[in-house]
Amino acid sequence: MTNPVLSIEHLSIKLPDGADRQFAVDDCSYTLDKGEILCVVGESGSGKSMTANALMGLLPEGVSVGAGRAVFEGKDILRQSEAESQNLRGAKIAMIFQEPMTALNPLMRIGDQISEVFEAHKRHTPSERRKRALDLVREVDLPDPEKIIRAYPFQLSGGQRQRAMIAMALALEPQILIADEPTTALDVTTQAQILKLILDLRKKRDMAVIFITHDFGVVAEIADKVLVMRYGKIVERGTADAVLKNPQHDYTKHLLAAIPSGLVPQNAEVQNSPALEVKALNKVFRTGGGFMKPHREVCAIDNISLSIAKGEVLGLVGESGSGKSTLGRAVVRLVTPDSGQILVGGIDMAALSESELRRARYKVQMVFQDPYASLNPRHKILRALTDGPIAKGVAKEQARSRARELMEIVGLGSDAVDRFPHEFSGGQRQRIGIARALAMDPDLIIADEAVSALDVSIQAQVLDLLRELRSQLNLSILFITHDLRVAAQLCDRIAVMQKGNLVEIGPVSDVFLNPQNDYTQRLLAAVPGGGWDLAKAPLSL
Amino acid sequence: MSFWKRFARNRGAVLGLVLLLAVIVIALIAPMLYPRGPWPMVQRPFLAPYTVDGLPLGTDTLGRNVAAGLVYGAQVSLLVGLISTVMALLIGVPLGAAAGFYGGWLDEGAMRFTEFFQTIPNFALAIVLVAILEPSLTSITLSIAIVSWPPVARLVRAEVMSVSKREYVDAARLAGLSNLRILVGQVLPNTVSPIIVMASLMVATAILLESSLSFLGLGDPNIMSWGYQIGAARTVIRSAWWLSFFPGLAIVLTVLALNLIGEGLNDALNPHLSRKGRT
Amino acid sequence: MNIAGAVLGRLIKAVLTLLAIAVLNFFLIHAAPGDPAAVLAGEAGAADEQMIADLRAQFGLDQPFYIQLWTYVRNVLTLDLGYSFRQGAPVLELILDRLPATLILTMSAFGISLTCGIMLGVAASARVGKLADSLLTGFALIFYATPLYWAALMAVLVFSVQLGWLPGFGYETVGADYSGFQRVGDILAHLVLPALTLGLFFMAVYMRMTRASMLEVAQQDFVKTARAKGLSPAVIRRRHILRNALLPVVTLAGLQAGQLIGGAVLTETVFAWPGIGRLMFESLAARDYNTILGVFLVSAAMVILFNIVTDIVYRLIDPRIRHSA
Repeated sequence: MTNPVLSIEHLSIKLPDGADRQFAVDDCSYTLDKGEILCVVGESGSGKSMTANALMGLLPEGVSVGAGRAVFEGKDILRQSEAESQNLRGAKIAMIFQEPMTALNPLMRIGDQISEVFEAHKRHTPSERRKRALDLVREVDLPDPEKIIRAYPFQLSGGQRQRAMIAMALALEPQILIADEPTTALDVTTQAQILKLILDLRKKRDMAVIFITHDFGVVAEIADKVLVMRYGKIVERGTADAVLKNPQHDYTKHLLAAIPSGLVPQNAEVQNSPALEVKALNKVFRTGGGFMKPHREVCAIDNISLSIAKGEVLGLVGESGSGKSTLGRAVVRLVTPDSGQILVGGIDMAALSESELRRARYKVQMVFQDPYASLNPRHKILRALTDGPIAKGVAKEQARSRARELMEIVGLGSDAVDRFPHEFSGGQRQRIGIARALAMDPDLIIADEAVSALDVSIQAQVLDLLRELRSQLNLSILFITHDLRVAAQLCDRIAVMQKGNLVEIGPVSDVFLNPQNDYTQRLLAAVPGGGWDLAKAPLSL
Repeated sequence: MSFWKRFARNRGAVLGLVLLLAVIVIALIAPMLYPRGPWPMVQRPFLAPYTVDGLPLGTDTLGRNVAAGLVYGAQVSLLVGLISTVMALLIGVPLGAAAGFYGGWLDEGAMRFTEFFQTIPNFALAIVLVAILEPSLTSITLSIAIVSWPPVARLVRAEVMSVSKREYVDAARLAGLSNLRILVGQVLPNTVSPIIVMASLMVATAILLESSLSFLGLGDPNIMSWGYQIGAARTVIRSAWWLSFFPGLAIVLTVLALNLIGEGLNDALNPHLSRKGRT
Repeated sequence: MNIAGAVLGRLIKAVLTLLAIAVLNFFLIHAAPGDPAAVLAGEAGAADEQMIADLRAQFGLDQPFYIQLWTYVRNVLTLDLGYSFRQGAPVLELILDRLPATLILTMSAFGISLTCGIMLGVAASARVGKLADSLLTGFALIFYATPLYWAALMAVLVFSVQLGWLPGFGYETVGADYSGFQRVGDILAHLVLPALTLGLFFMAVYMRMTRASMLEVAQQDFVKTARAKGLSPAVIRRRHILRNALLPVVTLAGLQAGQLIGGAVLTETVFAWPGIGRLMFESLAARDYNTILGVFLVSAAMVILFNIVTDIVYRLIDPRIRHSA
């Protein structure tokens, strides 16, 4: 065994009194070798980020190191003075964060924010700092470095900001880079680029990386070693290969099984009559404008035609800004299209007047993304489930008994109707959202990123529910998602959108195994852990 | 945790509530304390506090009982503060709600209108309005309402816009509910907390405005108010400090009480405000 | 959009706003009980038949309503704010004569309140939860609840009447005939109490805002980034937190301009400070509506000008607005 860069021994981190448990991290020990990428995996609340924060001396208020040591360069860095830990931060151990959109100071130029790292550690002269910042910007492959240096964060995309963050972290050639979910907020193709950048830099600089993530796909892509955490404890550890292929602990097995695996060729028999037909739909958004300001136009839906058969699940995939959500919202007329037809059961939703629309709305229902915003906090579940049917003309008593019945169907029990949304967890709220959609007896359900906000094990449960309902009730679903694996699990056909265009549509197996379009190919190649997926496929069937 | 528990955790707010209740009680029992009202001359003028029994705060330039003026002044302050705030809410809430909910030209127009009123120096407008309409309780209350509604409209608009973007509002649309039902049933109830907080602070501001108008001699000539007491004693500050001091103290305590209550309400009604940064 | 364009846009808006205020003034005159001509003449009792008739002609009061409106607005646009029969001078002249004193007072009060408010707000936020923070927020809360005119009176009582440290009335020592630096010093001494008492309330406002804003910005992700860089707490507070925290304070300062000028009416009244606020107070007693409306219009113009300045400052601080579109 080589001499480790960092060794953590019996570390416990105390949560403030009144938290749901006593320790955020409970008696954890591990080592990190030079040039090694260690992935710390866990769901939200597992304590996976806490160790990293403790190493940096950046624990949130009220949280403190309880016991244990973290030995770095022969010293326990958990027990040093604030000045010493300030010297360490950014110089020997650097960190990047999840949200590139908010992790940079909006009022400072990128170059200044990078040079600041040198300034903080009193290295170099101001002009030298500037030059080095420029070199760093080049090293992380940001386009047009001279211009980027002078740019403000709001002028950069999410991926570019994350690159700028990495440039900052690399400035003083740290021995350890801590990356806290650095790609979670990014699109899949951008994520792939950032992962590749981290892999390259690790190789070039031989630095150790602690990579915190919830995504086993990412783990498969970059990890040398893996730690799986749950409730503050390490439940499994080992090389990436061993943990992914031969998990020992039940929780790891459960997590891995919960990951929607790729390639489930399940071309269900589909009846021919369409539940939805979209014909030549267009929508352009005009933003800004006004006094002395030009308009900005974004073409969100560019002449799109597609149809969904009765009983079919069509997956609509694309990255952020591809227009997939706008298309979904246009189908339910939350967005009014500029031109084209939306035929549901022969009626053109796009042509209806306000009052006609209100009567026809029940035909298409939606399951929303954010479990915390999709239910009115002031109304009991019963009201959420009966408002619509009553407005549609269903008798009050009937609507109520149907609501109870639906809560049974989605697995929450009929008593749940008398409770308020805040009494439910995120996954449970998504079930309520599904029940609300079903209460209207719709011809078509649109699920807009309906499982994206959930932890992976909860995600699996909600997907199971959808699959079950679909076979029981012969539902037609437009399933909108950015996650190709999720789409592969549930959908019969896949439609791929890019910048408002429909670039490819076809049966799930065709699109995934034999993509015709360039962009689809790139998208698939970018899915983390793609190779490993195939090997794992039998496990989930 | 219940609303009261959260409110009571803010000790300042509890103090404010006690102070305000005291002022309300005093205002209510004023006719019992001084049945003859605040106007009659009871002693010779310029009596300092505690020089004559029964006149703990002394007499003013015309020999009127300062303490009697003070308790009757509480009535005016509270009444004007409350009614003008209600009126300002009646203007601001519908306007802001319609602007935020329907958007488009309605929003554009309503916001230009609001902006215009926010640009006008509001105290100067209140002075002009009261001066032109002749000082009376009605004109004072009306003027305060007219200069106080723009922040309400802006707040309600912003809140309505933010709530309207939530998915449960989309769900209500898909349920086939009418716009008005969605606005009244789904959106507005979720904007109530910040409006309540603002309203409590507005009562405080209205009391300050009323007293300032009265101080300038724009009070209702038939009604005794704290501002009038101070205004009347302005020129004799060198010789009779107590004439200005006590009414001023009454204003400070009442306004302070309302501000403290406002902060307490804010803590109690928006417990998750600290999480706002993370979305 | 560049700054010149923004300023131009604001100027056009400013002119429109002033026009709207002129129209409002016109309606106010007609809303007043009694004959508009008598209102314009001021209920001075001095208005004889001939004068009323002249006014009727001058303002076209015998003409249809829309022509009256046009006459009034045209007069305002040509800076003709009418004549104060009470003071025997054109209103504009009266106002211009008093304007410098008001500008000196409001600008000093604004400078003092903003500087001290921000500094105290930063200090309080750095010691949040500690005794110093509680004391500062406590004082701010009290100043926030104190009527301006009462604070002014109490300041006169203590610092002028009792202690005799500072003059409590007027703009300069009458009959002293100072010149040069001596005069400036004299005016400054007279300025201290009015500026401080006017600024006190606003200081409390800015302090509370700065403190809240500092605490909120401190929670943001980029502050954690700054800490992860190894920057010292002082640098983080100054460079990262304060700059971002100032944005809402600047916005608020712009919105408070109107209050500041309203406050000047009260402060000038107490201190016999010869500004337009005092002019308004004097005109109130004399029911000199023409002058009141003139002061109202000019004070609105001051607010608009002030808003343009804060707008530019905001653009200088925030690149997102500077570079947009």
